[in-house]
Amino acid sequence: MLIPQPLLSYTDQRDRVDAVGDTLDALLFDLDRQFPGIRFRMIDEQDRMRPHVVFFVRGTRTHDLDESLADCDEVVILQALSGG
Amino acid sequence: MELSRGLALIVSTRKGVFCLQPDALRSRWTLSDPVFLGHVINHAVLDPRDGRTLLAAARTGHLGPTVFRSTDAGRTWSEARRPPAFDKAGPGEKPRAVSHTFWLTPGHASENGSWFAGTSPQALWSSADGGDSWESVRGFNDHPDYWLRTEDPQGGTPDGPVLHSIIIDPRDPAHMYFGLSGGGVYETRDRGASWAPLNRGLATMLADPAAGGAGPLEWQEVGPHFDPHCVELHPLNPDRLYQQNHCGIYRLDRPGDTWVRIGNNMPADVGDIGFPVALHPRDLQTCWVFPMDGTDVWPRTSPGGRAALYVTRDGGASWTRQDRGLPQRAWYTVKRQCMSVDGRDPLGVYFGTTSGELWGSVDEGDSWACLAQHLPEIYAVEAAEVA
Repeated sequence: MLIPQPLLSYTDQRDRVDAVGDTLDALLFDLDRQFPGIRFRMIDEQDRMRPHVVFFVRGTRTHDLDESLADCDEVVILQALSGG
Repeated sequence: MELSRGLALIVSTRKGVFCLQPDALRSRWTLSDPVFLGHVINHAVLDPRDGRTLLAAARTGHLGPTVFRSTDAGRTWSEARRPPAFDKAGPGEKPRAVSHTFWLTPGHASENGSWFAGTSPQALWSSADGGDSWESVRGFNDHPDYWLRTEDPQGGTPDGPVLHSIIIDPRDPAHMYFGLSGGGVYETRDRGASWAPLNRGLATMLADPAAGGAGPLEWQEVGPHFDPHCVELHPLNPDRLYQQNHCGIYRLDRPGDTWVRIGNNMPADVGDIGFPVALHPRDLQTCWVFPMDGTDVWPRTSPGGRAALYVTRDGGASWTRQDRGLPQRAWYTVKRQCMSVDGRDPLGVYFGTTSGELWGSVDEGDSWACLAQHLPEIYAVEAAEVA
C-alpha cells in the first residue's frame, strides 16, 4: 500500500506498507490494526470514503470498499490538498 | 511545546496550537512554536483537575476528525483510541458522520478523567478515560426529536451547526447545559438521560418575545431558529447564566426559565451582537462582551471599525466601553471561544481575533496590549494554570 504524506505520522513515516485482506475494506481494517486510528481518517463511521481521499487498486480508481484484492495487488491512497 | 508551570494562554488556530506564557508580572509573554502545525484545531483545553492533561480537537485537511491527548502538559501527544463517531445508520435512519469536534469541556471536579465534547453535526459525547474513548450521549443524540431540535448538517453556520458551551453545574454533575447553534440552550438534571429546551425569552430571527412576539412566525421553544453563540455559568453562583446570542445579550437567574435581554442596555449605535461572553470569577455582576456589527449584511466586525470590549459591573444594567490600547481603526472578529479570563488578581482578560492577533489586559479590561500577532486565524483562547 502506498500511504499519502498526511498519514505518514501513523506509519512511522513509511510511505509503503504491507497489509492483508481479500477486499479493500478488509485491507483497511488490517492497516488500522497495524496503525490504530488511520482508517477513521479516511473512512467515516458510515463506511463511506471521505471526500477527497481516493483509492486506486491495480492502477484504477475505485469507490467500492468491497473491491476484491488478489495477492500482491498494489493499493494507492491519495489525499487531495486544497484550500489555503 | 511543553507548558511550564503557571499561567498559560492556549491558542487554538486554523493551523495548529500555540501557547503564550507570561513573566511574573504578566507584562512579557513568550510565544511557543506551534504543535499540530497545519491541523485545524477548534479547541484545545487544559484539564484544571490535574493541570497537566491537554485535549485538542483536530481536523486535518480532508482527513477525518480526531482528538489528540497529552498527559504531560504538551510534551508528548497521542491520538484518542476511539474519537467521537456516530453509530452506523440502521434501515430508514439518516446517516450521521462527525465532521469535527468543536468544543471540549472537562467533567465535574469530583470525576477525574471525565470529559464532554460537542461536535458538528450537533451531538454530545462523553469520555470517562481522559478523552481516550468517547461515547454518544444518547439521551440527546438519539432522542426521537433530534432532527426537530437540531439544525440540518448541511445548513447552519459556515462550518456546520455545532454543539457548544457544555456546562457542568459545580454543585451537581448530573445537572448540565449546552448550546446549539442553531437550536438553543438545553438542560439536563439526570446526567444526560433527558434534555429540555431552555429558550424562553430569547429572540430569534423569526420572532422576539420581548417585542410582544413580533416577527414573521409564531415563537416556538424548540428548533434551529435559536442561536446561542456562547453560554457561561457563573462559578460563584451556578444559578446565574449569561449568554451572548445571535440576537443579543441575555441573563438568566434560575430557577427562573426566562432569559432577560441585558443587551438592550448597550449603546444603540454599538448594539448587542457578538460571539463570546466572559465572566469575572469573583464578581457575579461582571462580564465582558465583544460587540460586532449586526447591521446591514451583518459584517460582524467591530462596529464602525472601532474595536472595543464592553463590561458590565451590575449584571447588565449598564455597560462601559473598554478600548484603551486597542487600535483606533480595526475591524476585528472574535469568535465564540476566543475570549477568556485567568484567575489572577487583578483579573486578566484575553481575546484572539480571526486576523491572528492576541490581546490581553491585566487590569480587568482598563488597558490592553497586543500579546501576539501574525498568528493563523484564532479559533479559541483558553487561559489556564499549568501544574
